[in-house]
Amino acid sequence: MKFGVVVFPGSNCDEDLIYTFESILGQEVARLWHKDTDLQGAEFILIPGGFSYGDYLRSGAIARFSPIMTSVIDHCNKGGFALGICNGFQILCEAGLLPGALLHNDSQKFVCKNVFMKAATSSTILSSGLEPDKVLKIPIAHGEGRYYASTQELKKLNENQQVVFRYCDKDGLFNSDANPNGSLENIAGVCNASKNVFGMMPHPERASDIALGNTDGRLIFESILNSMMVA
Amino acid sequence: MEFTAEIDIMPLDALLDPQGKAVSGSMKNLGLSEITNVRIGKHITLKVKAKDKSEAEAKVDEACKKLLANQIMEKYSFSLKELVA
Repeated sequence: MKFGVVVFPGSNCDEDLIYTFESILGQEVARLWHKDTDLQGAEFILIPGGFSYGDYLRSGAIARFSPIMTSVIDHCNKGGFALGICNGFQILCEAGLLPGALLHNDSQKFVCKNVFMKAATSSTILSSGLEPDKVLKIPIAHGEGRYYASTQELKKLNENQQVVFRYCDKDGLFNSDANPNGSLENIAGVCNASKNVFGMMPHPERASDIALGNTDGRLIFESILNSMMVA
Repeated sequence: MEFTAEIDIMPLDALLDPQGKAVSGSMKNLGLSEITNVRIGKHITLKVKAKDKSEAEAKVDEACKKLLANQIMEKYSFSLKELVA
């Protein structure tokens, strides 16, 4: 399967994603420059973390109108897969490909630490390969990660099982102490209604290499690969 | 014709504005405890060319809706003033 990693000015997790998919997972990866419109045949688009366009105006607001995003939006609307991590999640929300928005953390601080999270559904390719109730330790690093959606939107997300991950404590309990940024209902990741576009604030690519002492993130990517092979 | 637009973008009333809350809290330290409910947004100015005021309004409104404000979390308002050459 061919993956495409989008590179914006200010992206800083692009190389981590490329390394994870190419060197650890053995996949073919294309670098997709923000000024290009050619997805180079990539079937799964990865939008990395960072500070695209310096986070000017709002995180992801300007990146959303870059030439490559026109192709990414088209790809997603045709059912193609995409995953945005951190700033990538913010960009996909700004593009209208994912519901909701990411606001300043309630602490008003940039939070950089390991957090615990758990899949809220097994109905997506990111979570179908995870053991039920498996608590994952994944790092976060963001200032604007407080997930928000209107009450009606949130109801739809829950009904359609579009909440993919929620922050929890180390025992897997969802409580407000385990919520690092004030996200509604501890939401750490969501998908669109047709479950081909995903966004999450935690960084699984920073927890995929054994040398880093934590490979919980790799389980999510392996879930994607396993789902694709079965499909 | 050319106009200047003064645009205000504010977090929606229903949303917690942590920045505003922190500033509200510091008012007490200044001895201004009468001041509460500080909310912080953005002020944007721009120039727009249009054949008349209503066309200028439509263009600024489109810019607000598509880029300048995210209506999931923000509201906006603006006023226009004609630039006299």
